[in-house]
Amino acid sequence: MATETLTGAQAIIRSLEMLGVDTIFGLPGGAILPTYDPLMDSKKIRHILVRHEQGAGHAAEGYAAASGKLGVCIATSGPGATNLVTPIMDAMMDSVPLLAITGQVNSHAIGTDAFQEADIVGITMPITKHSFLVTDASQIPATMAAAYELATTGRPGPVLVDVAKDAQNKKFEFSWPPKVELPGYKPVTDPHGKQVQAAAEMILASHKPIFYVGGGVIRAEAHAELARLVELVGAPVTTTLMARGAFPDSHPNHLGMPGMHGTVPAVTALQKADLLITLGARFDDRVTGDVKSFAPGAKVIHVDIDPAEIGKIRHADVPIVGDAKVVIAMLTAELEKQLSGKKPDFASWWQFLNGLKERYPLGYVDTDDGKLSPQLVIKRIGELSGPDATYCAGVGQHQMWAAQFIKYERPNSWLNSGGAGTMGYSVPAAMGAKVAEPDRLVWAIDGDGCFQMTNQELATCAINNIPIKVAIINNSSLGMVRQWQTLFYDKRYSNTDLHTGTDTVMIPDFVKLAEAYGCLAIRVEKEDEIDAAIKLAIETNDRPVVIDFIVGRDAMVWPMVPAGVSNDAVQYARDAAPIWDGEE
Amino acid sequence: MSQHVLSLLVEDKPGILTRVAALFARRGFNIESLAVGTTEVEGVSRITAVVSLDGQPLEQVTKQLNKLINVLKVVELEQDASIARDHMLIKVKTDAATRSQVLEAVTLFRARVVDVVSDSVVIEVTGDSAKCKAFLKVLEPFGIKELVQSGAIAISRGSKSMSEKVLR
Repeated sequence: MATETLTGAQAIIRSLEMLGVDTIFGLPGGAILPTYDPLMDSKKIRHILVRHEQGAGHAAEGYAAASGKLGVCIATSGPGATNLVTPIMDAMMDSVPLLAITGQVNSHAIGTDAFQEADIVGITMPITKHSFLVTDASQIPATMAAAYELATTGRPGPVLVDVAKDAQNKKFEFSWPPKVELPGYKPVTDPHGKQVQAAAEMILASHKPIFYVGGGVIRAEAHAELARLVELVGAPVTTTLMARGAFPDSHPNHLGMPGMHGTVPAVTALQKADLLITLGARFDDRVTGDVKSFAPGAKVIHVDIDPAEIGKIRHADVPIVGDAKVVIAMLTAELEKQLSGKKPDFASWWQFLNGLKERYPLGYVDTDDGKLSPQLVIKRIGELSGPDATYCAGVGQHQMWAAQFIKYERPNSWLNSGGAGTMGYSVPAAMGAKVAEPDRLVWAIDGDGCFQMTNQELATCAINNIPIKVAIINNSSLGMVRQWQTLFYDKRYSNTDLHTGTDTVMIPDFVKLAEAYGCLAIRVEKEDEIDAAIKLAIETNDRPVVIDFIVGRDAMVWPMVPAGVSNDAVQYARDAAPIWDGEE
Repeated sequence: MSQHVLSLLVEDKPGILTRVAALFARRGFNIESLAVGTTEVEGVSRITAVVSLDGQPLEQVTKQLNKLINVLKVVELEQDASIARDHMLIKVKTDAATRSQVLEAVTLFRARVVDVVSDSVVIEVTGDSAKCKAFLKVLEPFGIKELVQSGAIAISRGSKSMSEKVLR
């Protein structure tokens, strides 16, 4: 094989190019300096200089989640590397294919408490799919290729490659492709045929089935297969927070999101079902509530690419390990065979569910302090931007409203921090999504709390021509925490007031802040200004746009199942439990 | 609490012991003992872990271990189909009056004396954990000055080898 003499640093860049990486987000420093030098000459890789490494990590996540490709971030040793810890953990929780490259001090200095030395491989061991420390330049190509394979195949996840500075500087004979040896890594993608057959039989024997669809369907790009399966079976569908967009919201079989802030029809359907057809979902506590009383009458078909998810929380009557795209296609074919032209009859189940849909649609009441209703603002953003736009959220009330009141029709149109619940995800993730798909309209729907954690990346957006739109749902407080204080702490608002509202000291003034960052900034306080502001934001593409929506702080997210109790206790609105008639 | 003996074949890579031990810790699985060593295959180490589970299924432990990239194979060694051994070194107080009784116990348990001074002996014993516990109980009255114990190591009965299907 032809070889070429390269430094370790050049080999890192060359390996990334060979792996098809076109964008990386990062910030240089001492221990990664050698790698930044050849990066300057790369014609294939665009490097985007962030203002904080956490921004690089979330941007790489947003890039990955929007495009389905690997996201790459890069940082120096010590604090540079530890600033990536939050996005790495976030990517682990939400199965995002992420490659984090960090510089490490010289190999002979490792273990001496050298300047900016941190054991980042040790620190990230519990929050990566795998991590590598490279101290020998010749190991770089194989390590980069292995990291790529691990991050992007099986259940995707974050992989860290930590490269000692001397390994970056040393010359060696580079060749591609390298030999990748991962003898302990054999993800199962093709399911057991008998299990698929058993699943089909169980579906046809059920009377009240429901498709419980999780983020795995999005990562597996199995939405088209899912649509065919649902058409064939005719059962209702619920898409979790991580799966919003995996199945069109406009489809009549869609009951909405399950869980703590799920719709009454979705939550109730799971509770009353006799079969959960679980596809790439993991029975998260925000979905199940009290596990013991979750879907008490249901048998479970559980499809997941990660065998450890099956039986972790809930026993699976039919466990199927495999890639959702493959499994769903096989299950559809098997059902077609077993049905041989007939159609399953779930008429009485639908009668019950349609009643719920009619009686308990998503809704909200206007605020009584005269400020904007946050739900209305978010709804209008969705309606005026349409299903082709990409929506990123932070974490909290605005995230839940964005999951509820925007209608998602396509996968990867909804990006959020589901498992980790990382405040500050939104702005950098939107930046990454916009870089991945520059022609798409990309919104960051953020809270006033979240926004203050990562808004420095507006500088990155403004300077690098990444015109994202930011909607701050400004209720002048840590809204979700405040909601819990309202409901469970006797309205004792301990440390949730952020003073960013118009009737406060307004520190910071988000309009002034956004203008300082070179953005178009708009403040919206009246209902009749909402649409014009959104339209102006959509039309403005020469710089990022920030809209400061001043919303009522007492607005709450409904429906709600309080933490740790049975989903049977779902409340449609405060002190308003849905009434279930006897018929089911 | 149920106790299980797990045998792991792992790639001999830096940090592998940390990865395994940390997984037990963060998932809330209790390790009773852990023993690590080389195997008949170069580059492959074997970890014997005795785990105690309080309600959790063993399957969760083995599945999570299998997710570690450097773990090649995980099997449970069931008691009646395998041999498990602990290794102990015990320093026991002796004097002219008690020495012969201690030596008698050593013979009975098929242990060995590996060091003798005027007021103590060092005894080496190998066996399953029940035998080792029983031996300690016999020695206790004489006065155990120091005790060091390895984690259990275990191997399956019969001619099959754990590494057979896994490697190259």
